[in-house]
Amino acid sequence: MFDDLSSKLQSTFKSLSGQSKITDLNIAEAVREIRRALLDADVNYEVAREFTKKVKDQALEQDVLTSVSPGQLFTKIVYDELTQVLGGQKEEIRFASTPPSVILIAGLQGSGKTTFTGKLAKYLKSKGRNPVLAAADVYRPAAIEQLKTLAEQIKVPVYSIEEKNAVRTAKEALQFARSNAHDVLIIDTAGRLHVDEKMMAEVSEIKKAVQPNEILFVVDSMTGQDAVNTAREFDKTIDFDGVVLTKLDGDTRGGAALSIRNVVEKPIKFISMGEKMDSLTPFYPDRMAQRILGMGDVISLVEKA
Amino acid sequence: EKSRTGLLSKLGKAVIGKDTVDDEVLDDLEEVLITSDVGVATTLKIIRRIEARVKKDKYLNTSELQQILREEIIALLRENDTDKPAEFGAETPAKPHVIMVVGVNGVGKTTTIGKLAWHYRQADKNVLLGAADTFRAAAVNQLTIWSERAGVPIVQQGQNADPAAVAYDTVASAKKRGADVVLIDTAGRLHNKKGLMDELSKIKRVMSKVVPEAPHEVLLVLDASTGQNAMQQAKAFTQAVDITGLALTKLDGTAKGGIVIGISSELNVPVKYIGVGEQAADLQVFDRVSFVNALFDKTP
Ligand SMILES: Nc1nc2c(ncn2[C@@H]2O[C@H](COP(=O)(O)OP(=O)(O)OP(=O)(O)O)[C@@H](O)[C@H]2O)c(=O)[nH]1
Ligand SMILES: Nc1nc2c(ncn2[C@@H]2O[C@H](COP(=O)(O)OP(=O)(O)OP(=O)(O)O)[C@@H](O)[C@H]2O)c(=O)[nH]1
Ligand SMILES: [Mg+2]
Ligand SMILES: [Mg+2]
Repeated sequence: MFDDLSSKLQSTFKSLSGQSKITDLNIAEAVREIRRALLDADVNYEVAREFTKKVKDQALEQDVLTSVSPGQLFTKIVYDELTQVLGGQKEEIRFASTPPSVILIAGLQGSGKTTFTGKLAKYLKSKGRNPVLAAADVYRPAAIEQLKTLAEQIKVPVYSIEEKNAVRTAKEALQFARSNAHDVLIIDTAGRLHVDEKMMAEVSEIKKAVQPNEILFVVDSMTGQDAVNTAREFDKTIDFDGVVLTKLDGDTRGGAALSIRNVVEKPIKFISMGEKMDSLTPFYPDRMAQRILGMGDVISLVEKA
Repeated sequence: EKSRTGLLSKLGKAVIGKDTVDDEVLDDLEEVLITSDVGVATTLKIIRRIEARVKKDKYLNTSELQQILREEIIALLRENDTDKPAEFGAETPAKPHVIMVVGVNGVGKTTTIGKLAWHYRQADKNVLLGAADTFRAAAVNQLTIWSERAGVPIVQQGQNADPAAVAYDTVASAKKRGADVVLIDTAGRLHNKKGLMDELSKIKRVMSKVVPEAPHEVLLVLDASTGQNAMQQAKAFTQAVDITGLALTKLDGTAKGGIVIGISSELNVPVKYIGVGEQAADLQVFDRVSFVNALFDKTP
């Protein structure tokens, strides 16, 4: 399946056949196509601009026109660069040398934090760990009930208190984990906007109180241009260790992944692909690159290049 | 950071006395629109319309041009139908007026229902909620808390009940009680999941067995931070349940929600409400002019 972008690139370069050297001018059209594909995929405007510039420089350097199939070589350059930016080495969750390890979950409203908290607990349990969850969202109606319902499904305990105090909940949950031989504590927090100073101060206080080994920022993969603003602000406040991309079972191209990588340079550690507790998947940069480009089968295409 | 208002005066300078808008300005305009999630296709459409106007009316001054830009965008946003008033105090043509609320996961459906219920209540309407999200963990609990906050009754059959049966019961009960407004919550579902979308069509269908015209309104909730995927969402939900209006949530953040421009224009549906917070009062009737002005506000 060659869809839109690759066929457009093929025809763009076909029209250039006969020209002996690649120039700023004759590659402009191809660069525009790439840029548009990235913007359509929700890659941030600035990030798309920088990215296409990098790709263009490489295309000029390698003089793609003199290759047998310039369109494919160009696609390959884009794809490789994208994979590289998204990827880097695989990074795991960091655990404490003396348990319990503390994992803090944060992000915007509705991004999928509570669901992910459950999924992560199930995943860690399957790896032989003994997690407990902290219900530190004290605002959203029925947030604690929601976490408890999920926890029940996966048979993991939840620590919560009557008082609406997220910092205290987290602190006490850590005590609870210690005294009940839980080796991992996962803290679910309320959704918050990066511009909400009071709420951002709260999450920063939670961090100070429990000194997490790992802080994960949960992002809806359907997020558009604003992803860079939110990621930057959360990173400033809590200096998170990794990103979780959710709702990738939809058909979004997920360009936010590239934007966030660019802005905060933190690894994407997990992807979430459904509402059930078992749909947690590791992140593959190459698959994400294909997805962003909107190409079903880039591999077979670029192998010919 | 360039200011967005700066752009507008620049846009003015660049076209005064010319019959085309120069590229640099168009690039800047493009940046404002793209970074607001308006999308490439709609952005090109807007730019072309402006170029056409400039060609026709030459000799424009800055303020005229700024006006034109706003007008062109406003023109893409469809006006509300008079028979489905968004204002809470307005007479609804039907009683009960049934509103079904749909959308993908986590966009703010349940919260929007809570807010709508509160506002209708403030306007002295008799409201009834239907807890037809029986799937998401603690969804019924969440809506029940909202019903208490708004001071309105709720029909529920607990978690895991048949959502169509809940919707049916709710409308039947509203008819019996003589309720003015019915708000039906549904489970979040991704638009590419056929089984779940079929379920939604069924939930809609059964309501019409009680009240032939019901639901009178199918509100699609969109999260303002969502990018281009919102267009696919809108198309798929329109196909399944024929949406009649949009609610744009989470506009209290820095996302501009520009995607609704293309959706409203292409699918011919009005934006009716915006969500600006998590409290009951944080909902406003959509206003095209302030929405478009906000697109050109300074970025934070
Ligand atoms: N399809 C799909 N739905 C998901 C995924 N992750 C979460 N959800 C759904 O998205 C909605 C929001 O998820 P939550 O886990 O409640 O999100 P949250 O970030 O905790 O929300 P707040 O606490 O309100 O900020 C729910 O309907 C979840 O079932 C996913 O990977 N795929
Ligand atoms: N800041 C802000 N948060 C909002 C707004 N509307 C909803 N939320 C929050 O977004 C999160 C998700 O809202 P819900 O109403 O549960 O969303 P939903 O669409 O019903 O979610 P599912 O039923 O799980 O699909 C909650 O934390 C809400 O408080 C809004 O306008 N502004
Ligand atoms: Mg939550
Ligand atoms: Mg809901």
